[in-house]
Amino acid sequence: MTTATRPGGVSSQPDDSKPPVGGARVAPPTGAAPRNRARARRRNLFSALLFLSPWMIGFLVFTAWPMIYSAYLSLTDYDVINNPEFVGIENYVAMASDEKLLLALGNTAFFALLQVPMYVVVSLGLALLLDRAGRASGFFRTVFFLPKMTPPVAVGVLFLLLFNGSNGIVNAALGMVGIDGPSWTTDPNWVKPGLVLMSLWTVGASVIILLAALRNVPKELYESAQLDGAGFWRQATSVTLPMISPALFFIIVVNTIAALQTFDEAYTAFFGAGNSTYSNDAALFYVIYLFQQAFEFLNMGYASAMAWLLFLVIMIITAIQLVVSRRLVYYEGDR
Amino acid sequence: MGIDRRARALGVFAAAGLLLSGCAVGTGGQSGGTDAEFDSGAELSGDLTVMGFSGVDEVATSRMELAESELGDVNVKLIEGELDIQQFLSAVATGDPPSLLYADRDQIGSLAARGAILPLEDCIDGEGIETGDFVESALNQVTLDGTVYGIPEFNTVQLTMANADLLEAAGMSIDDVNGSDREAMTEAAAAMAQNDGGKVSVIGVDSKLPEFLPLWVAAAGGSVMSEDGRTAQLDDETTIESLEWAVDIYEQQGGFSAIKATRDAADFFGGGNQFATNTLGAMPMEQWYLNVLNEVSPDAPMAFDTVRTTEGEPIAFAGGSAWAIPAGSDNPEAACRWARVMTSVDAWRAAADARVALREEEGLPFTGILTGNTVADEEIEGMTTADEAPWSEGVAAMYEANQNTRTLPANPADAEFDDAMQEAVNRVLNGQAEPAEALAKAQQTAQAALDEAWAELEGGD
Repeated sequence: MTTATRPGGVSSQPDDSKPPVGGARVAPPTGAAPRNRARARRRNLFSALLFLSPWMIGFLVFTAWPMIYSAYLSLTDYDVINNPEFVGIENYVAMASDEKLLLALGNTAFFALLQVPMYVVVSLGLALLLDRAGRASGFFRTVFFLPKMTPPVAVGVLFLLLFNGSNGIVNAALGMVGIDGPSWTTDPNWVKPGLVLMSLWTVGASVIILLAALRNVPKELYESAQLDGAGFWRQATSVTLPMISPALFFIIVVNTIAALQTFDEAYTAFFGAGNSTYSNDAALFYVIYLFQQAFEFLNMGYASAMAWLLFLVIMIITAIQLVVSRRLVYYEGDR
Repeated sequence: MGIDRRARALGVFAAAGLLLSGCAVGTGGQSGGTDAEFDSGAELSGDLTVMGFSGVDEVATSRMELAESELGDVNVKLIEGELDIQQFLSAVATGDPPSLLYADRDQIGSLAARGAILPLEDCIDGEGIETGDFVESALNQVTLDGTVYGIPEFNTVQLTMANADLLEAAGMSIDDVNGSDREAMTEAAAAMAQNDGGKVSVIGVDSKLPEFLPLWVAAAGGSVMSEDGRTAQLDDETTIESLEWAVDIYEQQGGFSAIKATRDAADFFGGGNQFATNTLGAMPMEQWYLNVLNEVSPDAPMAFDTVRTTEGEPIAFAGGSAWAIPAGSDNPEAACRWARVMTSVDAWRAAADARVALREEEGLPFTGILTGNTVADEEIEGMTTADEAPWSEGVAAMYEANQNTRTLPANPADAEFDDAMQEAVNRVLNGQAEPAEALAKAQQTAQAALDEAWAELEGGD
């Protein structure tokens, strides 16, 4: 095909009144070319949709539809067994005066504020150590990642054993350095810090992401920094942290969302079958309360409203993080 | 134009979503099965799907054999595992409930109030189920507002279990820890407990809070709920005093926190259990633990009695299981027949025979089965082979407790009531509130839940 094309891909219209420049042959004005291109575009669109369809169907069935449906349920009184009864915004109004909901929100916020920074610091510390581990790095990378494979329910049970105030290994270790460990599993003041410490068990995935980011920092930058007289600390703050800031930002966002949705370990330890009667207010996290409302008290409408409140809170926090990231996160491709 | 099209498409999508949402619900609470004709002589066929019943031990399988033989051509399918309420609700919501449900008796009230299970009057009449044979408190637990919704089976009662050596060393006896003299029980707790620098190495007495508060209240002559299941009595003087006393037992030994840590670290089901290792003086405990102890530590220095009221009378707070027919069951006739046969005296006799044979094979005594059926219980008590003390005393105490049971009445807000009560006790145990304050709050929460649930049940919403 020899049709002339203008910049931008728009084809020129042939002009019959003028001879072809330089004797070049021009396609006859049949309109076939635009049709072909339109057909090709349709084919491309069809192929793209075909390849995207598994994800799109999954998204529509397992994400979009449940979200729409839960939004509808949040406006109803629904016990799963009988038909939903429309109650308007009654569930949302009731949430405002629900003391347990406020307690659960407070516990969750406290947990996230304590857990996310610790998680990031420990992940970064381990990644820095691994970065210097040389050949042993592969072995330790696997070792750090292994706990991530442990089912959260097992972690919940382990928490009760490891952090047992009387015979737990954590207090035994503290005892060896002269510290009388607290009652992690029963003292309301120590339940959340204990759960935060236990959550560090699964830092492996974040460690690996940060290690990859550390290894991607160009060596030339350190050499230049050294030539300019930068010491270890200056290199860390002026080279390492800016260069790995996108990975750090990703870990902070993802872990903040995970912390706000924490459920498995605390539920197993304090509300599950093995501990069905003893619970602790300090471990009542938002999603645990949501689960209780949905499946113990069968208030599915109220639970749906709670789910939407959590969605909103996470959206706002993530949006704030994104805004702040514009100042603090450095992307190499950006100008 | 493009935007208009997109907006229209979005509108259609949203409308379709809402339409589909209308279609997706409304399958629950069906009255399917109410047209069933129950007749003990009828030939039955089809499938019977049973949810919540594992049927793994000899007590289950021997009764199942009998039930299957009486069901004729019915094809019985068990859904593995204990009842998962989420699984059941999902099945109900999708219009595909199991034919038969096996649930804890304290779940029956809530399920009945929401129309998830059928009233069983026709089933009982048609199959000729002898409700008069059931332990009265067990039948009360599955009777909501005068209507029976479940066929009870098994009975769980509490016994006082104690370490005779620790009692003797402290100059005490089983009478001091069975609850009849609360002051003596507190003293015994302090006398037997050992505390090493804040860590409890020997628990004197475990009053088993939060779960046994209703037992202690009943033992003091009260009840945490009125007999008609409509009024919470969590802020009654008897309830408050019982909680104060049971918490004080922990305080005398170093506090609940330290005791729970020790309790959690124990090898509860093994040979190194607290009684065998002399690290627990006494506690009230369900009767099945007698079997565990007999099996894993037959030489443990045990002493048994019933739990006793402050007047010295035996008492237990009973629980157990029940058969219920879900609304929309595809084979209610077979479900009813199954429930009738599984809880019949013949079935329990077969179960006891199977258990006796197995225990003989293992060289262990048969300590009895509490069936929830008084006729079967009487017969099976005569089959027990635990002839030597202390196990014979344990078996005798178990049957005595079985004749002196109390329960909470069936009510439409049992989950909310339990949650409010246990939360109050836990707040006291965790040092977050005083008993009167915590129970006053629980009373408000529980009563509000009861009022709302009864109002909905009676259509007075």
